[in-house]
Amino acid sequence: MSVHRIMGIETEYGISVTGQPSMNAMVASSHIVNAYASLVGAVGATRPRWDYELESPLRDARGFDISRADADPSQLTDEDLGLANVILTNGARLYVDHAHPEYSSPEVTNPRDAVIWDRAGAVIMHRAAHLAQAATGMQFLLYKNNTDNKGVSYGCHENYLMRRETPFTSITNALIPFFITRQIFTGAGRLGRGQDGSSVGFQLSQRADFFEVEVGLETTLKRPIINTRDEPHADPERYRRLHVIVGDANLSDTATYLKMGSTAIVLAMIEAGVPEILGLMPAQPVREMHAVSYDYDLAHLVALERGRSMTALEIQAVFLEAAWTFCDGPLGIDEQTKDVLVLWERTLDFLNNDRAAAAHTVDWCAKLALMEGYRRRDGLSWTDPRLALIDLQYSDMRPEKGLAFQLERRGSLARMVSDDEVAHAVARPPRDTRAFFRGECMRRYPDNIAAAAWDSVVFDLPEAETLLRVPTMEPTRGTAAHVEHLLDRATTAGALVRLLQGDEAAPE
Amino acid sequence: MAAQESTSKRTKSPTTQDEDVLASQIDTSALDADVDAILDEIDEVLEENAEDFVKSFVQKGGQ
Repeated sequence: MSVHRIMGIETEYGISVTGQPSMNAMVASSHIVNAYASLVGAVGATRPRWDYELESPLRDARGFDISRADADPSQLTDEDLGLANVILTNGARLYVDHAHPEYSSPEVTNPRDAVIWDRAGAVIMHRAAHLAQAATGMQFLLYKNNTDNKGVSYGCHENYLMRRETPFTSITNALIPFFITRQIFTGAGRLGRGQDGSSVGFQLSQRADFFEVEVGLETTLKRPIINTRDEPHADPERYRRLHVIVGDANLSDTATYLKMGSTAIVLAMIEAGVPEILGLMPAQPVREMHAVSYDYDLAHLVALERGRSMTALEIQAVFLEAAWTFCDGPLGIDEQTKDVLVLWERTLDFLNNDRAAAAHTVDWCAKLALMEGYRRRDGLSWTDPRLALIDLQYSDMRPEKGLAFQLERRGSLARMVSDDEVAHAVARPPRDTRAFFRGECMRRYPDNIAAAAWDSVVFDLPEAETLLRVPTMEPTRGTAAHVEHLLDRATTAGALVRLLQGDEAAPE
Repeated sequence: MAAQESTSKRTKSPTTQDEDVLASQIDTSALDADVDAILDEIDEVLEENAEDFVKSFVQKGGQ
């Protein structure tokens, strides 16, 4: 078993407008999305809208639907509020979610591609801010972080396609201890404790303090460690989409890669019923989530339900050991899975023995090293505003200002994907998921797409009286292997639709 | 501790350490020179008026 599965990352970016702190955040975010929409040619009335037909954000993985009257208005994401939204030729969605510009990556099949198309999102955001400034004369600053340190948090969510038949309780039993302890390599670092950051002190995670319950449907209030939103954007009989909301937005390529890769392996172990990863449930998960995040010495003992206590490093070592046994079986192990396991092992080792080495790949270690450096050189106290500025500016999306980018340029923070790969991913979709069909339709026939979503592309053909909706319910179909020959033959959207219809009618 | 029993040929489990060892691990003195070089570069790009800049970064709620 391996790291390979359908996955994606959706990131809400922090946004501010220089000199205009009171500017409406939705309006500011709309400027970003609309500016990029203009660049890619999706303007005005011809801009394809998001197809909400099959979205069901109020369905709960535990088996019940909550009624709309009971729902907080912020949970109703499927009502088209007329907010800016654009479907990109790389298969991603760029839109305004709540009060932030959000980039939802196209579906990919492996952690390395997740890094590439996530990084493409950062490039798109930066370019959009530039364009918005040119259009409006205002300077937009974007941050790939998760809190303003004044009480507000916004997410970087991971999505993983899972088999429907896996019982939800077995998912929560293994994932709660995994999520609490993976913070030691996924944390982006934060100066400030408590939701409003009013207590002094560094912590591993931007997000930890905003989690208040173990399991639940909400994403904007009383956030749960395990989010139960069950909206597969695929055949619900076969699949569930695990919507992971506990993660930090990472600047380090390696951190994103390890976050996605280790989580994918743990999900494969859960689906296979590997017993070694059970029995690690903390007695008080929410409290331990915070305690692990506050403990940058990595010495805190997590009290487990069964009376044992283990450090986060020890709990991660149990997951890693089980993963080696599970993945490196008689059938052999694929290259990327082995790469993730070796990296996982090395990262735990560095966190344990060599914090300076860990700072090359782990965001919180890199950020803490900068803060410790300033404290030593300039004698700063933890409350010095320059340290808070380092926390914020680490995630600045401007290449010349962002401190993570600065560390990358001098080789202090490792890069694992090239600028060329990222530039390609800004414009083109992954070739091995349905995002290929979506993105290529947007690129080749932009004037004939009325709407699109994860699970559909809706064509508006001049020769047809009604819109024609092509469902894309299977994420592993619509790939280059499936449809590229049809796209190459079809010089118009109408020709493509006819080919698709002919293809479906043809005997297998 | 159970975790210490999970040591294998491939991966050595981290063991519990005492506080003194940990205190020395977070000391970055060996790399001070390198860190100073980084700080010199960062001095050049850090926003002016750190206090006001950080104060003005106020967000509305998200997911």
